[in-house]
Amino acid sequence: MTDATDQNSRAAASASTAKQVPMVLAEMVSKSFGSNEVLKSISLEVKRGEVMCLVGPSGSGKSTFLRCINHLEVVSAGRLSVDGDLVGYREANGKLYELAPREAARQRRDIGMVFQRFNLFPHMTALANIMEAPQRVKGLPKAQVEKSARELLARVGLADRADYYPAHLSGGQQQRVAIARALAMEPKLMLFDEPTSALDPELVGEVLDVMQGLAASGMTMIVVTHEMGFAREVADSLVFMDAGVVVESGHPDAVLSNPQHGRTQAFLSKVL
Amino acid sequence: MSSTKPNRPAAPQALPEPARAAAIKAIRLRHPGRMVFATLLVLLFVVFILDAAARPAFDWPSVGKYVFDQRISMAAFVTLQLTVYSMVIAIVLGVILAVMRLSPNPVVKSLAWFYLWVFRGTPVYVQLVFWGLISIIYQDISVGIPFTEPWLVFETDAVLSTFALAVIGLALNEAAYLAEIVRAGLLSVDKGQDEAATALGMSWAQTMRRIIIPQAMRVVIPPTGNEVISMLKTTSLVTAVPFSFDLFTRSRDISAETFNVIPMLVVASIWYLFFTSILMVGQYFLEKRFARGVGDRRPDRKADGLTGAATGTVTGLIPTIGGGQATVVLPVPPAAPEAADDPTSPEGGVR
Repeated sequence: MTDATDQNSRAAASASTAKQVPMVLAEMVSKSFGSNEVLKSISLEVKRGEVMCLVGPSGSGKSTFLRCINHLEVVSAGRLSVDGDLVGYREANGKLYELAPREAARQRRDIGMVFQRFNLFPHMTALANIMEAPQRVKGLPKAQVEKSARELLARVGLADRADYYPAHLSGGQQQRVAIARALAMEPKLMLFDEPTSALDPELVGEVLDVMQGLAASGMTMIVVTHEMGFAREVADSLVFMDAGVVVESGHPDAVLSNPQHGRTQAFLSKVL
Repeated sequence: MSSTKPNRPAAPQALPEPARAAAIKAIRLRHPGRMVFATLLVLLFVVFILDAAARPAFDWPSVGKYVFDQRISMAAFVTLQLTVYSMVIAIVLGVILAVMRLSPNPVVKSLAWFYLWVFRGTPVYVQLVFWGLISIIYQDISVGIPFTEPWLVFETDAVLSTFALAVIGLALNEAAYLAEIVRAGLLSVDKGQDEAATALGMSWAQTMRRIIIPQAMRVVIPPTGNEVISMLKTTSLVTAVPFSFDLFTRSRDISAETFNVIPMLVVASIWYLFFTSILMVGQYFLEKRFARGVGDRRPDRKADGLTGAATGTVTGLIPTIGGGQATVVLPVPPAAPEAADDPTSPEGGVR
């Protein structure tokens, strides 16, 4: 895959210029919905090219944290930055200024997101789904966008499904199109929110294969998942969350084989 | 559906072919009640027609004479114009109002709410009378900055004909109703769509225009078709303006001369029915257009005889008119260069 080597070298090049700046840096991030505190002082760091898996029971705040990273949710306290830029705010003279919608949209362009329920645009074909954002948001010429969209479809193994509407694709195929759609914006960070949870067991593998290929190409990824096999095989780090708190984190092998905290042990004994 | 990923082992083994039982041949369940009822209805209808044909009050020769009378056909055309103009304005305004009501901007939101409160809260007949009196309330229309010398001054009577006032009156009232229909449609679109578009970096306006509104259309079109048909008939109220060249007012005027009311009512009804029938056909095609991706046939399955889009809610009569035609699906092999022109090429004929 020439694509992969290309991306590797790009990742390496940018890493050398900004070695210190992590891709995602959360410092004591909290998030409340009314009186319900969903995230409690989360601090973590995702390096360039790193694949981090977030695991934990439902309601533990994994998805909310993911959504905070691309500003679909607004953080209540703490600092959250992507590639050195504060998410949702501009800092000047020690004060925070809320970003205008246009600026927030610009930040999101560089962050790809894949949803549990795919969220493909049902009134567009697979190809049109992928072409939409590069064409409308980046204003790239149609011919160029279509060429790269077809390449992306081929990359996720769906070259022959370009003209299918989402309703005529299986769940696994839809999710692969959704990944291609996010990649079309050439993001520097990919967020996956339980990408295989809505799939039949038989279809999970094809999506994980695509994600594994993506990880191998050097993409920085944060993956909320219940697929412990994937976490062990692909992730560089694993974070276990419960009730809005990071309970335990470290190398997946270490956390999965030898969990330190009682809560982690209890959770893993049920899912492994 | 099997995975198409190349590095995945393809299933080389054919699945075992099970033995099959013979297809079921059962005696169809009879519905004698339906037949009896249908026969009864047909008989009643025939009796009604024969009776109506013989009744002098209907004065069929007059109906035949006036149905293609030039005054009537001109009036029918005017009614159609009133409907089309006011509906086009109302739809544009209704979409704007609906989007305004869902806007994150509280000023814009309240403005839309106020509009709805006024125009939905008063009868259309009263509004039409008001529009008719506008030249008495506001003799001049001035363009300029308030409390300074105006740049342009128009005499209201001179710039706004009664036809224009009728269109304005009908359109502004209808917009309030359409706004609610469109809003319901916008709310029916899954929240994930908005999130997906936002996550891709699309702006609120882009998300609305490209993602939300096209999907809302599917929900919005059936009730809007209803509103168009309703509007066609509401045009008969423009006499309140007073505008007197529409179908109903015209036929009333003629019957006032001939003292023969009933045949003119029949004539007007025939024209109204004719137009509403045409509108129903149009609605059917619009619904198909916006059902893309919902009930369509897959690009690789075009040979089955059934109609693809099953979402039409119009009468059983209509689908037979366009049934085979609108869903013609041209299979486009992904490698074919002409597929590059239009991402929606499987439906190329419709777009």
